[in-house]
Amino acid sequence: MLRWILGGREAQGAVEKSPTLFIGEEQPKNPFTELQVLKGHFDIVRFLVQIDDSRFASAGDDGLVLVWNVETGERLMELRGHSQQITAMVAWSLINADTSHTSIITASSDRSLSLWDPDTGNRVQTISDLQSSVKCLLVLEHLDLWLSGGNELCVWNQDFKLLCKREVHSDAAITAMVQLPKMHVAAAVDKEIVIYKLAVSSKLEVSVQPFRQLTDHHDSIRVLINVNDGLFASGSHVGELIIWDAVNWTIQAYEHILWEEPHCDGQAEIRFVSQKQSDMSIHHLASNGEVVILAAVGSGLYVYNIHSRNVVAYRKMAHDSNVLHTMLLSDGQLMSCSEDGSVRMWEMEPLPLPAEPASPGFFGLWSFGRSSKQTCPPVKKVPEVPILKSLELTGDLIGHSGAIQMFLSFGEKGLVTCSTDHLVILWKDGERQSRLRSLAVFQKLEENQGLC
Amino acid sequence: MIGSPDVVALTKEDDFGEVYPDPSVLPEDFSVPLFAHAANANPWTKTSYAKFSKDFILISEFSEQVGPQPLLTIPEDPKVCGTFDLNYFSLRIMSVDYQASFVGHPPGSSYPKLNFVEDSKVVLGDSKEGAFAYVHHLTLYDLEARGFVRPFCMAYISADERKIMQQFQELSSKFSRASECLKSGNRKAFANELQKKLKDLEYTRSVVHKETELQKMNNGCYSTQAIEKANELANVEKSIYEHKDLLRQITSYPNRKRQDVECLQPESEAPAKATGSDVAFPFNHSDAEHNPADGDVSDPRPSYTPQLIKAKSAKCFDKRLKTLEELCELASFHQTMDQLKSIEKSFRGDLCYIYTSQIDQILLGKQKITNFLFESDWGNGEPAKHFEVAGLIPHLDLPQAPDGSGEPTSLETCTSFGDSVHIKLELESVDGPAESSPSDLTQETSEDAADIETKGSFSSDKSIETLGAVSPSNLHSHLDVMGRRGTSDECSGTENGIFFDRSTVSSANAPYEKSSAQPGAFSLLDNDSTVDVYHTETLVKVDTACCMGQEGFIFEEPEPVHQRCGETVVKQEPLSLLYGDLALQVDFAGGEAAHEHSPSAVLSFPNTLSEDVARMNVEESSDTTSYMSISTSSDRAPSPLGHGNPVTVKQKKKAGQSALKFIRQYPFAQQAIFCLLSGRTLVVLGVDEGTVRKLVNALSIFVPNLGRYAEQVQPWLCCPFQLTDLQRWKLIGLQRIASPTGSSMLYSLSRYSRYIGILDADNKTLRCPTYKGTLIGHIADHRTQIKRGSTYYHHVQNMLTQLTAKAFLYTFCHHLHLPLGLEDEDAVVQRRTTFLYHLGFSEEESKIVHYLSGLIKQRYVQGPCQRGIQPVFAFNYTTSCLYKI
Repeated sequence: MLRWILGGREAQGAVEKSPTLFIGEEQPKNPFTELQVLKGHFDIVRFLVQIDDSRFASAGDDGLVLVWNVETGERLMELRGHSQQITAMVAWSLINADTSHTSIITASSDRSLSLWDPDTGNRVQTISDLQSSVKCLLVLEHLDLWLSGGNELCVWNQDFKLLCKREVHSDAAITAMVQLPKMHVAAAVDKEIVIYKLAVSSKLEVSVQPFRQLTDHHDSIRVLINVNDGLFASGSHVGELIIWDAVNWTIQAYEHILWEEPHCDGQAEIRFVSQKQSDMSIHHLASNGEVVILAAVGSGLYVYNIHSRNVVAYRKMAHDSNVLHTMLLSDGQLMSCSEDGSVRMWEMEPLPLPAEPASPGFFGLWSFGRSSKQTCPPVKKVPEVPILKSLELTGDLIGHSGAIQMFLSFGEKGLVTCSTDHLVILWKDGERQSRLRSLAVFQKLEENQGLC
Repeated sequence: MIGSPDVVALTKEDDFGEVYPDPSVLPEDFSVPLFAHAANANPWTKTSYAKFSKDFILISEFSEQVGPQPLLTIPEDPKVCGTFDLNYFSLRIMSVDYQASFVGHPPGSSYPKLNFVEDSKVVLGDSKEGAFAYVHHLTLYDLEARGFVRPFCMAYISADERKIMQQFQELSSKFSRASECLKSGNRKAFANELQKKLKDLEYTRSVVHKETELQKMNNGCYSTQAIEKANELANVEKSIYEHKDLLRQITSYPNRKRQDVECLQPESEAPAKATGSDVAFPFNHSDAEHNPADGDVSDPRPSYTPQLIKAKSAKCFDKRLKTLEELCELASFHQTMDQLKSIEKSFRGDLCYIYTSQIDQILLGKQKITNFLFESDWGNGEPAKHFEVAGLIPHLDLPQAPDGSGEPTSLETCTSFGDSVHIKLELESVDGPAESSPSDLTQETSEDAADIETKGSFSSDKSIETLGAVSPSNLHSHLDVMGRRGTSDECSGTENGIFFDRSTVSSANAPYEKSSAQPGAFSLLDNDSTVDVYHTETLVKVDTACCMGQEGFIFEEPEPVHQRCGETVVKQEPLSLLYGDLALQVDFAGGEAAHEHSPSAVLSFPNTLSEDVARMNVEESSDTTSYMSISTSSDRAPSPLGHGNPVTVKQKKKAGQSALKFIRQYPFAQQAIFCLLSGRTLVVLGVDEGTVRKLVNALSIFVPNLGRYAEQVQPWLCCPFQLTDLQRWKLIGLQRIASPTGSSMLYSLSRYSRYIGILDADNKTLRCPTYKGTLIGHIADHRTQIKRGSTYYHHVQNMLTQLTAKAFLYTFCHHLHLPLGLEDEDAVVQRRTTFLYHLGFSEEESKIVHYLSGLIKQRYVQGPCQRGIQPVFAFNYTTSCLYKI
């Protein structure tokens, strides 16, 4: 495709750099035919948080929090206050009897925490001069409490009052937290998961105690998510995926995604050499709240089924670079974004011929970038993976010129992506937008009583 | 098209570039004697027997020292007036000032009184000189002048009598505005002058007062010197009173008048200042200890030091009279000059040209919703060439309220008409009405003792053919007659197919009209009322059924337009908006009453007949027939696109030439144009800047919503582009460089390749989605017979207007976007597809309509400025292919 433009020797290099997986320009299943570039940030945009049906906030290294309207692309509010990059941001919905109001809590490298009202743009509460910067935030809505994690674990109430504090007995800091049943919280501290127990006394005094340490990971834990009420999952830097029981903290499943070694499910018989560690690092996990976990491993995508305890579908080279964020949609639709600046949409499809799911031709079709390594023998234990599906690329979104940090889906209203290139892009269904605009036109016609 | 020389067979450049370049063809003796004024080389021009080459505006004054004298002409070029005697003509135009401008001491009042006189508007002709003029008299105030007034006049001088007569309304309203501007500046200046004078007087009074006291002390109260001084003091005080009264008068100038004045500065400033300084003045005149220094302190403008006024002013002929600039504030003066210049520009060309451009402008005014797409003149409310439709209102209103003397508005209308509308009627038989003219006006003039000289020249010189004043009703009836006559002419004219696309359009309209008889006509908003989509060719009533693709919809593919060129020889001059086209007015049965009452209802056309005819800017007088002679001088190279200058039609026409070359040279021109029309950014890639810029320039005429300053085009870009650039620019010229930046540029090209088409100027290839339709073939046929760039530009404009019209129809058809009853979305989509198919769009071509429609919607909902809201970038996923030569 490019040769004619590029021509010459340097062109060749560019061609080789071009995506190994190329869907082409015809993407009938890609609904996003319209985009809006939202400018306003001056540095990398790292976080997106949904506020309500039509609003979201974006934050990043410039310390700015911007509130946007997803329907119009309008910038509604500019929340200024942090002097350094924002390290964590969560939305906190306070549901009263009849109203619900969503606030935003941000943590920044300037060692401060802030509570913002996205309706007015006010900084409602702020705490500065913390001992260390906060790395992660967790809101316990049913308790009207929230937790901040860093070198210490702090519990706060609605009014930003520190209720209790607990030092982490480790050099490392808490990087991720999830809420577990029975007032427990799991926190990822380097290689181990610490289970904390929250206790609320009769005088509403809150205390937090480390309860147990799970030390089954061999490398630092990158992600920690809730799968469903009974399970949570963690992923480590070396590609270990562990599914834990949320109540008694036992390992339900252990998956080590390693290219070199064969796996129990047989897929890993495909051998690839010289994979760097970072290529196996689990960057992101996503769950649909049931039994499926989507793991972003290096530049690949893995769909893991908890029931059958195996990888049901995967794509080793889903992107040209590390996958940073993933999402499971309904109907076997997946979405992933990567450092290569693209968002890709996938569909899990049953293999047309289950008898030969992993024939060389099949794999060759997927990842011809490393054709020399494709001559591996086909999968032998086909009967053991009867439900293996393929991940088919249905579309990609190209717009950002830097790594896409994360995305946020508003369903049919669109998709928001944020990136290293300081931009937030709103992707929308052109057809739908066109229809909405038509409606607006006729509405205005009616207001104006005709044209002019 | 009428005004454009390209279409008119006789005015081709080849024929008239030089007059008989080869004299050897025929011996001089046998040759037919040349037309006397062959230098003009233009049979259409009517100025050939006049001593000036083109219309101009003359400003004269009746100086109390030297009599009538010309002050300046617009344009200032002395060549314009040629041998025409400005002094002589000034004498004439100043001698027909009928206005009763009485200023001075009216009986019964001890103070001078200022009269706020209406301007008078006169048309006069001088057959000997071959000059006809619209003369606008006005008076400006000058403290030093006799009676405080200086009579001036602005005259629009043309050799074409009909032009003056028929553009009277237009001229009158425009000159009135210029005059108002001048006068408001003058009032400010006059008030300032009065204030200064008052300060002088106060100072003088204090000095005289001191002297009086001194005299009294030295010589006693009843000494002659003391009495003399006391008298002097009394005189000064009287003078102060008089001046204060004048100041009061001038600052209390009726607000009503100010409303229609368009001035740069808010006018309320002047009275505010005036009252401010009024307060500052001590009113206690008996205050002997008054110190002028105190006055200075309280003065808001201390820069002015009061001067002692001598008891006796200088002799009348010794003093220097103020110039026009001094009389008005400089800003107002320049503004007025700009206004006059624009008047001069807007009335350039012969009547025919003016008519077409007026029609054009009015029609453009009616399609406000879509003008932004392809119209270059139509800036955002920019009144560059906006013809005042409002100026026509009195005309149309007259039948209803011919004698509305009770109402102030109609009274004003009548005065503006009847004040002194002296029209030399071309039909001698209309002498009757002339007798019924308000004779008091003429009487006043003859009785005006001040104008003895004027009167003399007026009565003695018979060549001033001011045949009579016409009362409004008479004028109207006269015009009415002409109107009726014109209508029939116009009808026959139009039906002969004067206009390029008329036949095409009507054929396209035919099915609609046929089906309009069916019940249940569709509407924009609801389903039970008919609608008039008064838009270019869509001014038809369409039945829902036809749009839904049911029976009765026979779509006829429009034939390529250029095949019809042969039939379209212009034989008729188009008629004024005021007269013609009544017959063409579409009957809006069941339509909106409001629309019919609007002043422009009379001017409704079923289509924009001369859509592209008169879209000639004032800049390109070279193309208008009357001004062949000055074409060379005004032929400066247009500045390149996208340099902060508004895009002129002249540039677009030049672009038309390049575009013509482009479509002849590149077989894939259609695909490139398709790219642009469907909203896909086209990148022109090349090493040579000139080549790329030329291509960009050529293609720019196809860019929808180009923008007033061609904001949608980036003619030359040397750095890699971003996604936001694609959003901003629809046509980009990109430098191909062999360097690291070059490769990153190419990387961005390949990265965003799904959003762009790439035209490689060096290898002559184009990579873009496929297009195989026929529609663009009509726009860009490489075998086209069109030879001139401007003609091609008009042709393109014509086609684009058709496209716009269809996009408009598509956008505003209710049932194409909203489900009827319980339908689901699919049914609507189906109907949309069918509709577009019937409009003659293939699937690919529908994208053009979608894109244009999207732009229209966005513009309609959001308005021209979209501040705060980020623009939307729409695209679609289609495979591109590579075209080669």
